[in-house]
Amino acid sequence: MEAIAENTAKVDNMIDTKKDVQNNSPESADLSNLETVGIPFSDNAKMSMRDVDVFYGDKQAIHGVGLDIGQNEVLAMIGPSGCGKSTFLRCLNRMNDTIDICKVTGSLQLEGQDIYDPKLDVVPLRARVGMVFQKPNPFPKSIYDNVAYGPRIHGLVSRRAELDEIVETSLQRAGLWNEVKDRLHAPGTGLSGGQQQRLCIARTIAVSPEVILMDEPCSALDPIATAKIEELIAELSENFTIAIVTHSMQQAARVSNRTAYFHLGKLVEVNETEKVFTNPDHSLTEAYITGRFG
Amino acid sequence: MFLGLLVCFEIRQTLTEGFAKRTQRLPKSSDDNQENFWRIMDTSTLIATLALLIAAAYVMGRGRSMELADTSQGGFRNLNSLPFYYGMLTALWCGIPSLFLVGVWMTMDTSVIDMLLIKQLPEEVAAMPKSELGLVLNTIKNLAEGNMLGSAPEPYMAQAADSLKRLTQTSQMAMTVLAICLGMLLAVFSWFRISPEQKARLQVEGAFKAILLACSCLAILTTVGIVFSVIFESMRFFQSVPVSEFVFGLHWSPQMAIRADQVGGSGAFGAIPLFVGTLLISVIALIVAVPTGLMAAIYLSEYATAKVRSIVKPMLEVLAGIPTVVYGFFAALTVAPLIKDSGTSAIDFLNIQFEFLNIQMSISSESALAAGLVMGVMIIPFVSSLSDDVINAVPQSLRDGSLGLGSTQSETIKQVVIPAALPGIVGGVLLAASRAIGETMIVVMAAGLAANLTANPMESVTTVTVQIVTLLVGDQEFDSPKTLSAFALGLMLFIVTLALNYLALHVVRKYREQYD
Ligand SMILES: Nc1ncnc2c1ncn2[C@@H]1O[C@H](COP(=O)(O)OP(=O)(O)O)[C@@H](O)[C@H]1O
Ligand SMILES: [Mg+2]
Repeated sequence: MEAIAENTAKVDNMIDTKKDVQNNSPESADLSNLETVGIPFSDNAKMSMRDVDVFYGDKQAIHGVGLDIGQNEVLAMIGPSGCGKSTFLRCLNRMNDTIDICKVTGSLQLEGQDIYDPKLDVVPLRARVGMVFQKPNPFPKSIYDNVAYGPRIHGLVSRRAELDEIVETSLQRAGLWNEVKDRLHAPGTGLSGGQQQRLCIARTIAVSPEVILMDEPCSALDPIATAKIEELIAELSENFTIAIVTHSMQQAARVSNRTAYFHLGKLVEVNETEKVFTNPDHSLTEAYITGRFG
Repeated sequence: MFLGLLVCFEIRQTLTEGFAKRTQRLPKSSDDNQENFWRIMDTSTLIATLALLIAAAYVMGRGRSMELADTSQGGFRNLNSLPFYYGMLTALWCGIPSLFLVGVWMTMDTSVIDMLLIKQLPEEVAAMPKSELGLVLNTIKNLAEGNMLGSAPEPYMAQAADSLKRLTQTSQMAMTVLAICLGMLLAVFSWFRISPEQKARLQVEGAFKAILLACSCLAILTTVGIVFSVIFESMRFFQSVPVSEFVFGLHWSPQMAIRADQVGGSGAFGAIPLFVGTLLISVIALIVAVPTGLMAAIYLSEYATAKVRSIVKPMLEVLAGIPTVVYGFFAALTVAPLIKDSGTSAIDFLNIQFEFLNIQMSISSESALAAGLVMGVMIIPFVSSLSDDVINAVPQSLRDGSLGLGSTQSETIKQVVIPAALPGIVGGVLLAASRAIGETMIVVMAAGLAANLTANPMESVTTVTVQIVTLLVGDQEFDSPKTLSAFALGLMLFIVTLALNYLALHVVRKYREQYD
């Protein structure tokens, strides 16, 4: 926690000073043969992606991204709007399959297994790589049924008692148990925004995924609910590998181990979070975190 | 503006005609039409004159306000409102009261003239019962229009016809003169009142609000009028047949002896067979329409590509545009014989193969099944189109959430999409049901007229709406229980469909609250 606080202070400091970038100006930087700088790869990779291109129809949204997500790591993805963070994240559990015109090429592996293998079944993949969305999206069911949804469809339990237990532990790990234990059968849509998002996290961890993808999970929440979710992410990283897209650099600094900076569909820089926010290797990264564009 | 007024007036006039006919309560003859034709012709000249007057009033009012305006600084600064509003105000003063006068006059004049006419008739004629008196009046009217009826008219009739002609003419002239004078008078009056301080804009806006309000009241009043007339006639019916017999009776045969010496049933007015028939056919229709429509909707909204959807959806909706008569003869000529033939041969087959069964069942050529099946096809678009809308309204984020947990598309549809859309789907089904209950044509043609109390879809049944039609077509005494029972049936049907519609709206509204 102390390290996080220190990081935050440094970021705030940097954003205040807005120190000049000596390198060639980022707006005119030539992106055509951009190489990712920093340390995109990991010795202990949970997921590893190489040369990933993503197309929406004819339009290319992701250009040759190579990136590892380490075991039990929290990887933050930052970058200006429309740079392809969500697109890249959605490749990791093949949520892009639901978009007809979306085409993904390159190698994407989960523990050495190609996740775009045509023979692979997406159902177990999505159970292993869960996803939390930008807007809380609880099902119009009871709190209990929301959490029990995943275990039920995957047939993880055979007895009601087991299910009860999964629901309870998931809600506890999502830090929601104490608030809802007396009204498990009330509709999930009746909770507050922050509670709904924690319910969605509980729903995701109820199927015991290995990786959790979060796409701007706090952007629809107030600061207090955001702080709770950030705390939760820090706790979850003990058991899960997490990739989180965020618009808030403070948030990235607070919760992540490494940070990846995307720019116009390219991966510009990946480094230790502290380094990205204090002394980035690339001028584009520096321009972004000092607020020159975003 | 003028157009609007004219349309308003046309509506009022049509209504007036309707009321006039109703109040007469006489069998309509084709000569009536001719009389009306002349009346409308005269009236339309009057309306055209009034329209011209109104236009003139507008121009004058506008001109007057511009005259009064101090344009030395440019613009109409010292006027309270734009000249347009002063013109409008004058036109409204000129038009509304005079048109109103014409409307009221035309509503009243038939009955007033009738009254005057009756006073002139010889005493013994005037003392006749109402229905016979009506006949006499009708003869007189025919005479007045120069239609000779078989025998030579009695002298008092010819005399009355002459005075009728005179009366009608006088009335028409009086109306024309009065309306035009009133219009001019008020136009002049408001023209003199125009001043820069007059709040013309506010007054015109207020007048328009009143006109709009009047139009919506017209719609409501019509509905209320229909409801009350149905209720009153039903009450008359319930004076001769007890409510309990009507609501719980198991036997329906409304044939009554018209004359005392006639052989005929005493009439039985138990509505249960009709409601059971309606229920049977509607249930069959819903059994066809709900699964088909729902699955079509699911396919269209969840699986179909944009191109397929753009072709299939309009085609499904065409089903709703086919006139029910066409469905009716399709049911009667194609489906019903098919059911009879295949049913008969199936029974023969069973009897030959398994002699011990010895099924004795005849299949009628008019069956509830045929009508129900075809009606089901007809209401598929109601279910599919409404369900498609509500399924599309389920946010994509819910589907993403479910897919993201590793459920398949069909699991997502079953567990998340349909439950989320269910209230809306129920609303759609209820609307389709009330449509099925009210449907008449298909049943007349395919299910027959026999009021059998049965749950067997192979038999011929009849429905409430079909009975209403058969009760009212043909020459009937207006106040016999047979005719009046149509109103009682209508009332019950109205209550049932109203309840269904209310339920449907309620359910749909509840659903809306969820996502907004
Ligand atoms: N469903 C889609 N169809 C077509 N283009 C899309 C779609 N989703 C995203 N894009 C495009 O891909 C690019 C990256 O979008 P996205 O991944 O949502 O960016 P980010 O999440 O970083 O803001 C954008 O240019 C966007 O217009
Ligand atoms: Mg995004």
